[in-house]
Amino acid sequence: MLETAIDTADALRLPQPFEAWFTERGWRPHAHQLALLEAGRARKSTLLIAPTGGGKTLAGFLPSLVELTGERHQSSEGIHTLYISPLKALAVDVARNLSTPAEEMKLDLNLETRTGDTPASRRQRQRLIPPDILMTTPEQVALMLSHRDGPRLFGSLRYVILDELHALVTSKRGDLLALCLSRLRRLAGDLITIGLSATVAQPSKLRAYLETQSTGAKRSKLAGLIEVEGGAKPDIRILQSKERVPWSGHSGRYALPEIYQAIQAHGLVLIFVNTRSQAEILFHELWRLNQHNLPIALHHGSLDVGQRRKVEAAMVAGTLRAVVCTSTLDLGVDWGDVDLVINVGAPKGASRIAQRIGRANHRLDEPSNALMVPSNRFEVMECQAALEAIAEGAQDTPVPRKGGLDVLAQHVLGMACAEPFDPDQLYDEISSASPYHGITRETFDRIVDFVATGGYALRSYDRYAKLRLNKEGRYRVSHPRVAQQYRLNVGTIVAAPMIKVRLGRRRASKSEPGRTLLGRGGRALGEVEEWFIDQMTPGDTFAFAGEVLRFEGMREMEALVTRATGADPKIPIYESGKFPLSTYLAARVRRILGRPAEWKHLPEQVSNWLRIQRRKSVIPKVGEVLVETFPRGNKFYMVCYPFEGRLAHQTLGMLLTRRLERGHARPLGFVASDYALAIWGMRDIGQMILGGQLDLGELFAEDMLGDDLDAWLAESNLMKRTFRICAIIGGLIERRHPGQEKTGRQMTVSSDLIYDVLRQHEPDHVLLKAAWEDTAQGLLDVARLGDFLKRASGRIRHIHLEQVSPLAVPVMLEIGREPIRGEAQEDVLREAAEDLIGEAMGER
Amino acid sequence: MSGKQGKLALENWEPEFASNALGIHVCGERFEAHNSGALYWPGEQTLIVSDLHLEQGASLASRGSLIPPYDTQTTLGELAVVLALYEPERVISLGDNFHDVAVAERLSADVLEEILELQAGREWFWITGNHDPRLPDELRGHVTPQLTLASIRFRHEPAEGAVAHEIAGHLHPAARVAKRGHTVRRKCFVTDGRRLVMPAFGAYTGGVNVLNQSFAPLFPAESFQVWMLGREDVYPVGKRYLLGD
Repeated sequence: MLETAIDTADALRLPQPFEAWFTERGWRPHAHQLALLEAGRARKSTLLIAPTGGGKTLAGFLPSLVELTGERHQSSEGIHTLYISPLKALAVDVARNLSTPAEEMKLDLNLETRTGDTPASRRQRQRLIPPDILMTTPEQVALMLSHRDGPRLFGSLRYVILDELHALVTSKRGDLLALCLSRLRRLAGDLITIGLSATVAQPSKLRAYLETQSTGAKRSKLAGLIEVEGGAKPDIRILQSKERVPWSGHSGRYALPEIYQAIQAHGLVLIFVNTRSQAEILFHELWRLNQHNLPIALHHGSLDVGQRRKVEAAMVAGTLRAVVCTSTLDLGVDWGDVDLVINVGAPKGASRIAQRIGRANHRLDEPSNALMVPSNRFEVMECQAALEAIAEGAQDTPVPRKGGLDVLAQHVLGMACAEPFDPDQLYDEISSASPYHGITRETFDRIVDFVATGGYALRSYDRYAKLRLNKEGRYRVSHPRVAQQYRLNVGTIVAAPMIKVRLGRRRASKSEPGRTLLGRGGRALGEVEEWFIDQMTPGDTFAFAGEVLRFEGMREMEALVTRATGADPKIPIYESGKFPLSTYLAARVRRILGRPAEWKHLPEQVSNWLRIQRRKSVIPKVGEVLVETFPRGNKFYMVCYPFEGRLAHQTLGMLLTRRLERGHARPLGFVASDYALAIWGMRDIGQMILGGQLDLGELFAEDMLGDDLDAWLAESNLMKRTFRICAIIGGLIERRHPGQEKTGRQMTVSSDLIYDVLRQHEPDHVLLKAAWEDTAQGLLDVARLGDFLKRASGRIRHIHLEQVSPLAVPVMLEIGREPIRGEAQEDVLREAAEDLIGEAMGER
Repeated sequence: MSGKQGKLALENWEPEFASNALGIHVCGERFEAHNSGALYWPGEQTLIVSDLHLEQGASLASRGSLIPPYDTQTTLGELAVVLALYEPERVISLGDNFHDVAVAERLSADVLEEILELQAGREWFWITGNHDPRLPDELRGHVTPQLTLASIRFRHEPAEGAVAHEIAGHLHPAARVAKRGHTVRRKCFVTDGRRLVMPAFGAYTGGVNVLNQSFAPLFPAESFQVWMLGREDVYPVGKRYLLGD
């Protein structure tokens, strides 16, 4: 593809203002920019894969800019080009970056942004007098499509440019956008799409996303592909610390002096960590070391927006030396001249880390400079695996999702708001979107029924239907209120209930001299999840917004805090849930482990650790699954090493303990890390295996994903979280809006109660099905666990030990750090009651 | 506290913990709290429930929120279980029996039949509440804004101030406790030994924290206990162990 792109490049000439603009600057258009221009002329939807710094954005816009200025076709009343980005900030940033050359070339065009922040008056005007180019987000597109004037706005649409497509397609926003695209295609007969993406593992999935899929077709129709090779290979090192690399934990504390030295030696350093709490800890610790008062800042998604904007501005202005950040800085916005990226903790995926490292450089021909800092010994192996993968250019980006049924429900309602729809037509339309290609008519009909009346077998809500069939066999909304409800609830981002954290003002008490009172009116520091505040009692300290804070209590639904002095903060629980170790990287880690010849690439202390493991226990061969059993204290342990990521291990732990329970092994608990799973109990599991009372093959048999999984889910609270999100997206319960309701639990009826009732009475309801799919994918990693169980079958190697093995130490150290599960809630109540009894019995 | 002490104490209290009902004393009368949220009065062979909010789903559906219509069935099912357990001669339902009078008047034949079946063979008092100042005519039983039985007054909304001899509902009490850094929030009974407020029984009813201002005027002595509804049991917890929201 690249070859042809270069061939055609010579044949093409840029129209005058463009040609002159490039020449004036001594530039030549990139081959891929010209290739995309050609694709535009040929009216062929195309995916452009290019690394950062490749002039990707300009390339994406070139076809439409040229068309708009060239034989300027009749200025119609509609939008000519729609640019859609996953980030509001990116839409605004790109608009700014595009305005400059457009002005320099004196192009006569009208370019505007539209996001949730755009004032209503401007949005209104945009619908009356649409701009040539509109830069917006998926939610705004959905919103515009739900109005009656869609055909006028979009009827003459020529281009849809989808930025950061690789990030969009793995989320529900990508589902929503795919559905919107299917409608845009119907409204605008002559529309092509241009996808801009970082390098991905399976470009064909993205190419299918950009095209119209036809019903019944076996093979997907694919958009064209233009791929730009990466520039210079990045220069990546793993920190070779003089300090002892810890067995477990995720703080990276041991490497602080070395990280600080790296900051001193560079201009602007981005320090990526995996979670907000890690960011807080690291930031806090760096400032303790910061004798030179280097300007080091903090950036993560919970911080107050104003504070984040300040940090971003300072980055662009070049006044910062380092920023500790989470994935909030992962995507394309250009934040200045970063010359070193440090990644603290596990890389989790090879592509993910490669993209982060790419942030260090926005010029293609210079190598990015990066340092990986593993925070424990397993992570050393993971970093090594990532390093090798990047050197080979291997990709392990997550695969695009199968379209969510909750998102489809939202879209169906939106389409009914626009105009009455014919179900046959809408079915064809939505199944032309690749995430929904192959959805059965029956499922679609159930979704329509769900939107109309709730879709319950007990047909008691027919009189309250939101959609009704009209005489022409089309569904229309039954009441204007329904459309209003839709517009207030549009979108697929459902935040966990958040609580604002506000610094309290101390003032002296007038009535009691010497006593200070705490008033409100201090600065808002940001927001934290409600569950986090839930577990705190006044007086607890925590690190947030770069400070150690003391929780003083709730005041009018805000958490009031004061600055704590000196104390070591009680830190949020480490949550790595979001990014489990990628399957690809896991396989590589297993290979490093299984081949002692490769250990020489690892730091001495890590290879020594593995050598001792070989002496005291065994090293599993590549393809083998090691299960170790040993006694410790007065309990018996079983540790296995699937390397399938924390989510899959947690699910495995839940299911294995159920089976061990049935096998009378009396399990007590388990703990899971990204690499291993440890289960402990009252009976000697090792002896039971050796004595033939317990069969490992049966214990790990794949059928655990059937009835056992169902039975466990029925008892656990796990699905309630995903159900709430599906219920909001699907329009069953309403989204909360600022000022409207105060906390998540004051919602009209709690989604937990709805879940309980629905599960009991209609377990195969379509919304439970949607929640189950999300849970299986996002919380349980069922597919991956299934693959593991297949792989493990017949290849389990058991070894019974006298004591804990070196390999088991890291996961054993995780015991006690795990958050509580629903099942343990009864114990909390029991203990609270025992306090009272103790009091009554005079024991305190 | 150490777990060992707790266990020891628990053994001594075994009789009270043996069933999933626990003795509560209000004004010298002994009641048994059940983890469904029902209260049984052995001395009068009377079962008390509060805030059933029947047809809450249908009521919300009539306002555009199509949440599952099975709440009435669920609530009545729970009620049937406790009725079978205690076989009371008398039932007092403490108001807000129906979520919405207008919707209740379109009660389906099935639901009506189910309620009548529960009422069969026992005396039944419907206390009226703010949600249901009147009740569907088809129902059996006495409809009254309040009832006094053996010196205890039953009403929907608790009387103002620190009265005694009263059992009421309306407020939907819930409590929150923390242990080992984790918190649990549940519906609860709340009492100072002089009066008692019942948890809401309905499937879609939530709870308001007992440390919330609305409870303060009812228990001015500042000492009350709650009985939290667990999955297996009812758990007594002293006020000093409770957390606000």
